[in-house]
Amino acid sequence: MNPDIFFELAIDGESPWWRMLLDGLQFTLGVALWAWLLAMSLGALIGVVRTLPRPWLARCGDAWVELFRNVPLIVQFFVWYFVLPGLFLPLKVWVTALDPTQHQFITSILCLGLFTSARIAEQVKAGLQALPTSQRSAGLALGLTEWQTYRYVRLPMAFRIIIPPLTSDTMSLIKNTSVAYSIGLTELFFRTREMGELTFRYFEAFAAATVVYIVISMLANRVMAALERHVRVPGYIGGGR
Amino acid sequence: MSHLEFDVIWRTWPYVLGGLQYTVQLTLVATAGGILFGTLLAMLRLSSNPVLASVAAGYVNFMRAVPLLLVIFWFYFLMPVIAQWVTGAERPPSIGAQHSAYITFVLFEAAFFCEIMRAGIQSIPRGQPQAAMALGMSYGQVMRFVVLPQALRNMLPVLLTQTIILFQDVSLVSLLNVTDFVGAASKIAQRDSRIVEMYLFVAVVYFLMCTGLSRLVRWLQARVAIPR
Repeated sequence: MNPDIFFELAIDGESPWWRMLLDGLQFTLGVALWAWLLAMSLGALIGVVRTLPRPWLARCGDAWVELFRNVPLIVQFFVWYFVLPGLFLPLKVWVTALDPTQHQFITSILCLGLFTSARIAEQVKAGLQALPTSQRSAGLALGLTEWQTYRYVRLPMAFRIIIPPLTSDTMSLIKNTSVAYSIGLTELFFRTREMGELTFRYFEAFAAATVVYIVISMLANRVMAALERHVRVPGYIGGGR
Repeated sequence: MSHLEFDVIWRTWPYVLGGLQYTVQLTLVATAGGILFGTLLAMLRLSSNPVLASVAAGYVNFMRAVPLLLVIFWFYFLMPVIAQWVTGAERPPSIGAQHSAYITFVLFEAAFFCEIMRAGIQSIPRGQPQAAMALGMSYGQVMRFVVLPQALRNMLPVLLTQTIILFQDVSLVSLLNVTDFVGAASKIAQRDSRIVEMYLFVAVVYFLMCTGLSRLVRWLQARVAIPR
Protein backbone atom coordinates (compact mmCIF):
# COMPACT_ATOMS: atom_id res chain seq x y z
CA MET A 1 0.00 0.00 0.00
CA ASN A 2 1.63 3.20 -1.16
CA PRO A 3 -0.52 6.33 -1.53
CA ASP A 4 2.08 8.10 -3.71
CA ILE A 5 0.51 6.46 -6.74
CA PHE A 6 -2.43 8.89 -6.54
CA PHE A 7 -0.06 11.77 -7.27
CA GLU A 8 1.63 10.15 -10.23
CA LEU A 9 0.56 11.29 -13.66
CA ALA A 10 -2.24 9.32 -15.25
CA ILE A 11 -2.21 7.90 -18.74
CA ASP A 12 -3.13 11.20 -20.40
CA GLY A 13 0.15 12.62 -19.06
CA GLU A 14 -1.50 15.78 -17.77
CA SER A 15 -3.38 15.10 -14.54
CA PRO A 16 -2.56 12.87 -11.57
CA TRP A 17 -4.62 9.78 -10.77
CA TRP A 18 -6.54 11.40 -7.90
CA ARG A 19 -7.79 13.94 -10.43
CA MET A 20 -8.94 11.14 -12.77
CA LEU A 21 -10.85 9.48 -9.94
CA LEU A 22 -12.40 12.83 -9.03
CA ASP A 23 -13.54 13.32 -12.62
CA GLY A 24 -15.14 9.89 -12.41
CA LEU A 25 -16.83 10.85 -9.15
CA GLN A 26 -18.39 13.86 -10.89
CA PHE A 27 -20.11 11.57 -13.37
CA THR A 28 -21.19 9.25 -10.55
CA LEU A 29 -22.75 12.11 -8.60
CA GLY A 30 -24.26 13.72 -11.71
CA VAL A 31 -25.95 10.49 -12.78
CA ALA A 32 -27.09 9.76 -9.22
CA LEU A 33 -28.60 13.23 -8.76
CA TRP A 34 -30.51 13.44 -12.06
CA ALA A 35 -31.63 9.80 -11.86
CA TRP A 36 -32.86 10.43 -8.30
CA LEU A 37 -34.95 13.41 -9.41
CA LEU A 38 -36.39 11.41 -12.33
CA ALA A 39 -37.07 8.38 -10.12
CA MET A 40 -38.76 10.45 -7.41
CA SER A 41 -41.12 12.29 -9.74
CA LEU A 42 -41.98 9.26 -11.87
CA GLY A 43 -42.19 7.01 -8.81
CA ALA A 44 -44.61 9.38 -7.07
CA LEU A 45 -46.79 9.58 -10.18
CA ILE A 46 -46.90 5.81 -10.71
CA GLY A 47 -47.38 5.14 -7.01
CA VAL A 48 -50.44 7.42 -7.07
CA VAL A 49 -51.76 5.84 -10.25
CA ARG A 50 -51.58 2.41 -8.60
CA THR A 51 -53.90 3.52 -5.79
CA LEU A 52 -56.52 5.17 -8.04
CA PRO A 53 -60.00 3.66 -8.04
CA ARG A 54 -59.63 2.90 -11.77
CA PRO A 55 -58.59 -0.75 -12.18
CA TRP A 56 -57.11 -0.46 -15.68
CA LEU A 57 -54.93 2.51 -14.71
CA ALA A 58 -53.79 0.72 -11.56
CA ARG A 59 -52.93 -2.32 -13.66
CA CYS A 60 -50.79 -0.18 -16.00
CA GLY A 61 -48.91 1.06 -12.93
CA ASP A 62 -48.43 -2.51 -11.72
CA ALA A 63 -47.10 -3.53 -15.15
CA TRP A 64 -44.57 -0.68 -15.03
CA VAL A 65 -43.24 -1.87 -11.69
CA GLU A 66 -43.10 -5.52 -12.82
CA LEU A 67 -41.27 -4.58 -16.00
CA PHE A 68 -38.46 -2.69 -14.29
CA ARG A 69 -38.12 -5.02 -11.32
CA ASN A 70 -37.89 -8.28 -13.21
CA VAL A 71 -34.96 -7.55 -15.53
CA PRO A 72 -31.39 -7.25 -14.16
CA LEU A 73 -30.01 -3.71 -14.14
CA ILE A 74 -27.09 -4.52 -16.44
CA VAL A 75 -29.50 -5.98 -19.02
CA GLN A 76 -31.61 -2.83 -18.78
CA PHE A 77 -28.47 -0.79 -19.49
CA PHE A 78 -27.84 -2.90 -22.61
CA VAL A 79 -31.45 -2.52 -23.74
CA TRP A 80 -31.34 1.28 -23.43
CA TYR A 81 -27.90 1.58 -24.96
CA PHE A 82 -27.89 -1.05 -27.72
CA VAL A 83 -31.35 -2.48 -28.32
CA LEU A 84 -33.60 0.60 -28.50
CA PRO A 85 -31.42 2.54 -30.98
CA GLY A 86 -31.12 -0.70 -32.98
CA LEU A 87 -34.89 -1.06 -33.17
CA PHE A 88 -35.81 2.53 -33.94
CA LEU A 89 -33.93 4.18 -36.75
CA PRO A 90 -34.74 7.84 -35.86
CA LEU A 91 -33.40 7.20 -32.35
CA LYS A 92 -30.24 5.72 -33.82
CA VAL A 93 -29.74 8.77 -36.02
CA TRP A 94 -30.19 11.02 -33.00
CA VAL A 95 -27.78 9.14 -30.68
CA THR A 96 -25.03 8.76 -33.27
CA ALA A 97 -25.06 12.53 -33.69
CA LEU A 98 -24.44 12.88 -29.94
CA ASP A 99 -21.04 12.99 -28.33
CA PRO A 100 -20.41 9.40 -27.02
CA THR A 101 -19.97 10.57 -23.44
CA GLN A 102 -23.20 12.54 -23.67
CA HIS A 103 -24.98 9.47 -25.03
CA GLN A 104 -23.68 7.33 -22.15
CA PHE A 105 -24.55 9.98 -19.56
CA ILE A 106 -28.13 10.44 -20.81
CA THR A 107 -28.63 6.66 -21.14
CA SER A 108 -27.39 6.10 -17.58
CA ILE A 109 -29.72 8.73 -16.12
CA LEU A 110 -32.71 7.37 -18.03
CA CYS A 111 -31.93 3.75 -17.23
CA LEU A 112 -31.24 4.24 -13.52
CA GLY A 113 -34.09 6.75 -13.17
CA LEU A 114 -36.69 4.38 -14.57
CA PHE A 115 -35.20 1.35 -12.77
CA THR A 116 -35.38 3.19 -9.45
CA SER A 117 -38.82 4.71 -10.19
CA ALA A 118 -40.33 1.22 -9.99
CA ARG A 119 -38.95 0.83 -6.48
CA ILE A 120 -40.09 4.30 -5.41
CA ALA A 121 -43.56 3.62 -6.85
CA GLU A 122 -43.77 0.51 -4.69
CA GLN A 123 -42.90 2.54 -1.57
CA VAL A 124 -45.29 5.39 -2.45
CA LYS A 125 -48.13 2.91 -2.95
CA ALA A 126 -47.35 1.24 0.38
CA GLY A 127 -47.22 4.65 2.08
CA LEU A 128 -50.57 5.72 0.60
CA GLN A 129 -52.18 2.42 1.61
CA ALA A 130 -50.85 2.77 5.16
CA LEU A 131 -52.98 5.88 5.66
CA PRO A 132 -56.45 5.42 7.18
CA THR A 133 -59.14 5.76 4.47
CA SER A 134 -60.83 8.34 6.68
CA GLN A 135 -58.17 10.85 5.59
CA ARG A 136 -59.41 10.68 2.00
CA SER A 137 -63.04 10.71 3.13
CA ALA A 138 -62.43 13.73 5.37
CA GLY A 139 -60.72 15.52 2.47
CA LEU A 140 -63.60 14.78 0.11
CA ALA A 141 -66.12 15.85 2.77
CA LEU A 142 -64.35 19.19 3.05
CA GLY A 143 -64.94 19.68 -0.67
CA LEU A 144 -61.49 18.76 -1.98
CA THR A 145 -61.35 17.00 -5.32
CA GLU A 146 -59.78 13.53 -5.57
CA TRP A 147 -56.57 15.13 -6.89
CA GLN A 148 -56.55 17.70 -4.08
CA THR A 149 -56.80 14.96 -1.44
CA TYR A 150 -53.61 13.51 -2.91
CA ARG A 151 -51.87 16.85 -3.21
CA TYR A 152 -52.73 18.31 0.21
CA VAL A 153 -53.60 15.37 2.44
CA ARG A 154 -52.39 11.95 1.41
CA LEU A 155 -49.08 12.45 -0.41
CA PRO A 156 -47.55 14.75 2.24
CA MET A 157 -48.30 12.13 4.89
CA ALA A 158 -47.32 9.12 2.75
CA PHE A 159 -43.93 10.60 1.88
CA ARG A 160 -43.15 11.20 5.54
CA ILE A 161 -44.02 7.59 6.37
CA ILE A 162 -41.77 6.15 3.68
CA ILE A 163 -38.62 8.22 4.28
CA PRO A 164 -36.71 5.25 5.81
CA PRO A 165 -37.25 2.90 2.82
CA LEU A 166 -36.64 5.82 0.45
CA THR A 167 -33.30 6.30 2.18
CA SER A 168 -32.21 2.77 1.40
CA ASP A 169 -33.47 3.14 -2.19
CA THR A 170 -31.39 6.31 -2.52
CA MET A 171 -28.30 4.53 -1.24
CA SER A 172 -28.95 1.65 -3.65
CA LEU A 173 -29.21 4.16 -6.49
CA ILE A 174 -25.80 5.62 -5.63
CA LYS A 175 -24.27 2.14 -5.54
CA ASN A 176 -26.03 1.16 -8.77
CA THR A 177 -24.38 4.01 -10.71
CA SER A 178 -21.31 1.75 -10.83
CA VAL A 179 -23.15 -0.49 -13.30
CA ALA A 180 -22.98 2.38 -15.84
CA TYR A 181 -19.42 1.12 -16.26
CA SER A 182 -20.96 -1.64 -18.43
CA ILE A 183 -21.81 0.84 -21.20
CA GLY A 184 -18.47 2.64 -20.82
CA LEU A 185 -19.46 5.76 -18.89
CA THR A 186 -16.25 7.06 -17.28
CA GLU A 187 -17.70 7.18 -13.77
CA LEU A 188 -15.85 6.34 -10.56
CA PHE A 189 -15.80 2.57 -10.99
CA PHE A 190 -14.59 2.88 -14.59
CA ARG A 191 -11.73 5.16 -13.51
CA THR A 192 -10.88 2.85 -10.61
CA ARG A 193 -10.62 -0.16 -12.88
CA GLU A 194 -8.63 1.86 -15.41
CA MET A 195 -6.17 2.98 -12.74
CA GLY A 196 -5.79 -0.59 -11.49
CA GLU A 197 -5.22 -1.96 -14.96
CA LEU A 198 -2.75 0.68 -16.14
CA THR A 199 -0.67 0.95 -12.95
CA PHE A 200 -1.16 -2.58 -11.53
CA ARG A 201 -1.99 -0.86 -8.24
CA TYR A 202 -5.39 -2.50 -7.80
CA PHE A 203 -5.37 -2.36 -4.02
CA GLU A 204 -4.80 1.37 -3.78
CA ALA A 205 -7.32 2.14 -6.53
CA PHE A 206 -10.06 -0.10 -5.16
CA ALA A 207 -9.45 0.95 -1.56
CA ALA A 208 -9.89 4.61 -2.58
CA ALA A 209 -13.09 3.86 -4.49
CA THR A 210 -14.49 1.81 -1.60
CA VAL A 211 -13.90 4.65 0.85
CA VAL A 212 -15.49 7.18 -1.53
CA TYR A 213 -18.59 5.04 -2.11
CA ILE A 214 -19.03 4.49 1.62
CA VAL A 215 -18.64 8.21 2.33
CA ILE A 216 -21.23 9.31 -0.24
CA SER A 217 -23.65 6.62 0.89
CA MET A 218 -23.26 7.80 4.49
CA LEU A 219 -23.72 11.43 3.46
CA ALA A 220 -26.92 10.56 1.60
CA ASN A 221 -28.06 8.65 4.68
CA ARG A 222 -27.38 11.65 6.95
CA VAL A 223 -29.16 14.05 4.59
CA MET A 224 -32.24 11.82 4.51
CA ALA A 225 -32.17 11.47 8.32
CA ALA A 226 -32.00 15.26 8.67
CA LEU A 227 -34.90 15.58 6.22
CA GLU A 228 -36.89 13.06 8.25
CA ARG A 229 -36.38 15.10 11.44
CA HIS A 230 -37.14 18.35 9.65
CA VAL A 231 -40.49 17.32 8.16
CA ARG A 232 -41.83 15.15 10.96
CA VAL A 233 -45.39 15.73 12.11
CA PRO A 234 -45.85 15.80 15.90
CA GLY A 235 -48.12 13.04 17.14
CA TYR A 236 -47.37 10.71 14.22
CA ILE A 237 -44.95 7.82 13.73
CA GLY A 238 -41.47 9.11 14.50
CA GLY A 239 -43.01 12.51 15.17
CA GLY A 240 -41.81 12.58 18.75
CA ARG A 241 -44.05 13.31 21.70
CA MET B 1 -37.16 -2.85 -37.41
CA SER B 2 -34.98 -3.92 -40.32
CA HIS B 3 -32.51 -6.80 -40.53
CA LEU B 4 -33.46 -8.57 -37.32
CA GLU B 5 -32.58 -12.24 -37.42
CA PHE B 6 -33.68 -14.16 -34.42
CA ASP B 7 -32.44 -17.50 -35.71
CA VAL B 8 -29.09 -16.66 -34.06
CA ILE B 9 -30.79 -17.65 -30.80
CA TRP B 10 -31.66 -21.14 -31.99
CA ARG B 11 -28.24 -21.65 -33.57
CA THR B 12 -26.35 -20.78 -30.39
CA TRP B 13 -28.91 -21.98 -27.86
CA PRO B 14 -26.81 -24.78 -26.23
CA TYR B 15 -24.01 -22.30 -25.45
CA VAL B 16 -26.38 -19.71 -24.00
CA LEU B 17 -28.19 -22.43 -22.04
CA GLY B 18 -24.82 -23.38 -20.50
CA GLY B 19 -24.51 -19.79 -19.32
CA LEU B 20 -28.02 -19.86 -17.88
CA GLN B 21 -27.12 -23.08 -16.09
CA TYR B 22 -24.12 -21.38 -14.46
CA THR B 23 -26.35 -18.46 -13.41
CA VAL B 24 -28.87 -20.81 -11.78
CA GLN B 25 -26.13 -22.87 -10.12
CA LEU B 26 -24.44 -19.78 -8.68
CA THR B 27 -27.83 -18.50 -7.47
CA LEU B 28 -28.63 -21.76 -5.67
CA VAL B 29 -25.19 -22.09 -4.05
CA ALA B 30 -25.19 -18.45 -2.97
CA THR B 31 -28.71 -18.75 -1.55
CA ALA B 32 -27.92 -21.88 0.46
CA GLY B 33 -24.53 -20.60 1.65
CA GLY B 34 -25.88 -17.10 2.22
CA ILE B 35 -28.78 -18.27 4.37
CA LEU B 36 -26.49 -20.54 6.41
CA PHE B 37 -23.80 -17.92 6.97
CA GLY B 38 -26.41 -15.16 7.27
CA THR B 39 -28.22 -17.03 10.04
CA LEU B 40 -24.95 -17.42 11.94
CA LEU B 41 -24.30 -13.69 11.48
CA ALA B 42 -27.81 -12.87 12.71
CA MET B 43 -27.26 -14.99 15.83
CA LEU B 44 -23.96 -13.16 16.42
CA ARG B 45 -25.64 -9.76 15.95
CA LEU B 46 -28.25 -10.69 18.53
CA SER B 47 -25.79 -12.27 20.96
CA SER B 48 -25.20 -10.71 24.35
CA ASN B 49 -21.46 -10.49 23.70
CA PRO B 50 -20.93 -6.87 22.59
CA VAL B 51 -17.68 -7.62 20.72
CA LEU B 52 -19.21 -10.40 18.60
CA ALA B 53 -22.36 -8.33 18.00
CA SER B 54 -20.44 -5.30 16.78
CA VAL B 55 -18.09 -7.32 14.57
CA ALA B 56 -21.10 -8.94 12.89
CA ALA B 57 -22.86 -5.56 12.58
CA GLY B 58 -19.74 -4.01 11.08
CA TYR B 59 -19.46 -6.78 8.50
CA VAL B 60 -23.11 -6.46 7.50
CA ASN B 61 -23.02 -2.66 7.26
CA PHE B 62 -19.82 -2.71 5.22
CA MET B 63 -21.19 -5.19 2.69
CA ARG B 64 -24.38 -3.19 2.37
CA ALA B 65 -22.57 0.12 1.84
CA VAL B 66 -20.29 -0.97 -1.02
CA PRO B 67 -21.53 -1.53 -4.60
CA LEU B 68 -21.75 -5.22 -5.50
CA LEU B 69 -19.62 -4.62 -8.58
CA LEU B 70 -16.80 -3.35 -6.38
CA VAL B 71 -17.16 -6.34 -4.04
CA ILE B 72 -16.99 -8.76 -7.00
CA PHE B 73 -13.73 -7.20 -8.18
CA TRP B 74 -12.28 -7.00 -4.66
CA PHE B 75 -12.77 -10.72 -4.15
CA TYR B 76 -11.42 -11.49 -7.58
CA PHE B 77 -8.15 -9.69 -6.74
CA LEU B 78 -7.91 -10.71 -3.11
CA MET B 79 -8.75 -14.39 -3.26
CA PRO B 80 -5.49 -15.52 -4.91
CA VAL B 81 -3.52 -13.45 -2.38
CA ILE B 82 -5.44 -14.94 0.54
CA ALA B 83 -5.11 -18.45 -0.91
CA GLN B 84 -1.37 -17.94 -1.17
CA TRP B 85 -1.20 -16.73 2.42
CA VAL B 86 -3.25 -19.66 3.70
CA THR B 87 -1.46 -22.39 1.77
CA GLY B 88 1.98 -20.79 1.97
CA ALA B 89 2.52 -21.26 -1.75
CA GLU B 90 5.33 -19.45 -3.51
CA ARG B 91 3.13 -17.53 -5.92
CA PRO B 92 -0.58 -16.71 -5.82
CA PRO B 93 -2.61 -19.54 -7.39
CA SER B 94 -4.81 -18.47 -10.28
CA ILE B 95 -8.45 -18.70 -9.28
CA GLY B 96 -10.78 -18.14 -12.19
CA ALA B 97 -13.48 -15.50 -11.84
CA GLN B 98 -16.16 -18.15 -12.33
CA HIS B 99 -14.91 -19.92 -9.17
CA SER B 100 -14.24 -16.86 -7.03
CA ALA B 101 -17.80 -15.68 -7.79
CA TYR B 102 -19.20 -18.50 -5.63
CA ILE B 103 -17.36 -17.29 -2.54
CA THR B 104 -18.06 -13.64 -3.37
CA PHE B 105 -21.81 -14.16 -3.61
CA VAL B 106 -22.06 -16.35 -0.52
CA LEU B 107 -20.21 -13.76 1.57
CA PHE B 108 -21.99 -10.76 0.04
CA GLU B 109 -25.52 -12.17 0.19
CA ALA B 110 -24.94 -13.40 3.76
CA ALA B 111 -25.11 -9.75 4.85
CA PHE B 112 -28.57 -9.39 3.29
CA PHE B 113 -29.85 -12.76 4.48
CA CYS B 114 -28.53 -11.86 7.96
CA GLU B 115 -30.85 -8.87 8.17
CA ILE B 116 -33.81 -10.97 7.03
CA MET B 117 -33.06 -13.73 9.55
CA ARG B 118 -32.53 -11.16 12.29
CA ALA B 119 -36.01 -9.79 11.64
CA GLY B 120 -37.31 -13.37 11.63
CA ILE B 121 -35.68 -14.24 14.94
CA GLN B 122 -36.91 -11.01 16.51
CA SER B 123 -40.45 -11.76 15.34
CA ILE B 124 -40.64 -14.74 17.73
CA PRO B 125 -42.30 -13.73 21.02
CA ARG B 126 -39.74 -13.59 23.85
CA GLY B 127 -41.81 -15.95 25.97
CA GLN B 128 -41.03 -18.87 23.65
CA PRO B 129 -37.23 -19.04 24.09
CA GLN B 130 -37.70 -18.27 27.78
CA ALA B 131 -40.13 -21.15 28.14
CA ALA B 132 -37.75 -23.44 26.26
CA MET B 133 -34.87 -22.39 28.54
CA ALA B 134 -37.09 -23.06 31.57
CA LEU B 135 -37.66 -26.57 30.22
CA GLY B 136 -33.90 -27.08 30.41
CA MET B 137 -32.98 -26.63 26.73
CA SER B 138 -29.54 -25.32 25.88
CA TYR B 139 -29.05 -22.22 23.67
CA GLY B 140 -28.38 -24.47 20.67
CA GLN B 141 -31.51 -26.49 21.30
CA VAL B 142 -33.66 -23.37 21.73
CA MET B 143 -32.43 -22.07 18.38
CA ARG B 144 -32.62 -25.43 16.61
CA PHE B 145 -36.03 -26.58 17.82
CA VAL B 146 -37.95 -23.43 18.73
CA VAL B 147 -36.71 -20.18 17.19
CA LEU B 148 -35.12 -20.94 13.81
CA PRO B 149 -37.86 -23.20 12.37
CA GLN B 150 -40.45 -20.48 12.98
CA ALA B 151 -38.13 -17.68 11.88
CA LEU B 152 -37.41 -19.47 8.60
CA ARG B 153 -41.09 -20.13 8.00
CA ASN B 154 -42.08 -16.54 8.77
CA MET B 155 -39.37 -15.14 6.53
CA LEU B 156 -39.69 -17.64 3.66
CA PRO B 157 -41.36 -15.18 1.23
CA VAL B 158 -38.75 -12.49 1.99
CA LEU B 159 -35.91 -14.99 1.63
CA LEU B 160 -37.26 -16.05 -1.76
CA THR B 161 -37.68 -12.44 -2.89
CA GLN B 162 -34.04 -11.87 -1.96
CA THR B 163 -33.17 -14.96 -4.01
CA ILE B 164 -34.87 -13.40 -7.06
CA ILE B 165 -32.79 -10.24 -6.54
CA LEU B 166 -29.70 -12.43 -6.22
CA PHE B 167 -30.60 -14.26 -9.42
CA GLN B 168 -30.59 -10.89 -11.20
CA ASP B 169 -27.43 -9.66 -9.44
CA VAL B 170 -25.44 -12.66 -10.68
CA SER B 171 -25.52 -11.02 -14.14
CA LEU B 172 -22.84 -8.57 -12.95
CA VAL B 173 -20.17 -11.31 -13.09
CA SER B 174 -20.38 -11.01 -16.88
CA LEU B 175 -18.26 -7.84 -16.44
CA LEU B 176 -15.43 -10.10 -15.22
CA ASN B 177 -15.75 -11.98 -18.50
CA VAL B 178 -17.51 -14.93 -16.85
CA THR B 179 -19.82 -16.92 -19.11
CA ASP B 180 -23.03 -16.64 -17.13
CA PHE B 181 -26.33 -16.12 -18.97
CA VAL B 182 -25.59 -12.47 -19.83
CA GLY B 183 -21.92 -13.24 -20.46
CA ALA B 184 -22.76 -16.03 -22.91
CA ALA B 185 -25.27 -13.83 -24.72
CA SER B 186 -22.75 -10.94 -24.89
CA LYS B 187 -20.09 -13.18 -26.39
CA ILE B 188 -22.47 -14.42 -29.09
CA ALA B 189 -23.75 -10.88 -29.65
CA GLN B 190 -20.23 -9.58 -30.31
CA ARG B 191 -19.12 -12.57 -32.39
CA ASP B 192 -22.14 -12.64 -34.70
CA SER B 193 -22.93 -8.89 -34.54
CA ARG B 194 -26.42 -9.73 -33.29
CA ILE B 195 -26.41 -7.36 -30.33
CA VAL B 196 -30.04 -6.22 -30.58
CA GLU B 197 -31.46 -9.72 -30.91
CA MET B 198 -29.36 -11.30 -28.14
CA TYR B 199 -29.91 -8.60 -25.52
CA LEU B 200 -33.62 -8.42 -26.28
CA PHE B 201 -33.81 -12.19 -25.86
CA VAL B 202 -31.93 -12.06 -22.54
CA ALA B 203 -34.24 -9.33 -21.25
CA VAL B 204 -37.36 -11.31 -22.19
CA VAL B 205 -36.09 -14.55 -20.62
CA TYR B 206 -35.16 -12.79 -17.36
CA PHE B 207 -38.51 -11.01 -17.31
CA LEU B 208 -40.48 -14.22 -17.77
CA MET B 209 -38.45 -16.17 -15.20
CA CYS B 210 -38.51 -13.46 -12.54
CA THR B 211 -42.20 -12.68 -13.06
CA GLY B 212 -43.01 -16.37 -12.73
CA LEU B 213 -40.90 -16.71 -9.60
CA SER B 214 -42.43 -13.67 -7.93
CA ARG B 215 -45.94 -15.01 -8.67
CA LEU B 216 -44.83 -18.22 -6.96
CA VAL B 217 -43.60 -16.27 -3.95
CA ARG B 218 -46.94 -14.46 -3.66
CA TRP B 219 -48.79 -17.79 -3.76
CA LEU B 220 -46.44 -19.27 -1.15
CA GLN B 221 -46.85 -16.24 1.08
CA ALA B 222 -50.52 -17.06 1.58
CA ARG B 223 -49.81 -20.74 2.18
CA VAL B 224 -46.90 -20.75 4.62
CA ALA B 225 -48.18 -18.09 7.01
CA ILE B 226 -48.34 -19.57 10.52
CA PRO B 227 -52.01 -19.52 11.57
CA ARG B 228 -52.46 -17.62 14.81
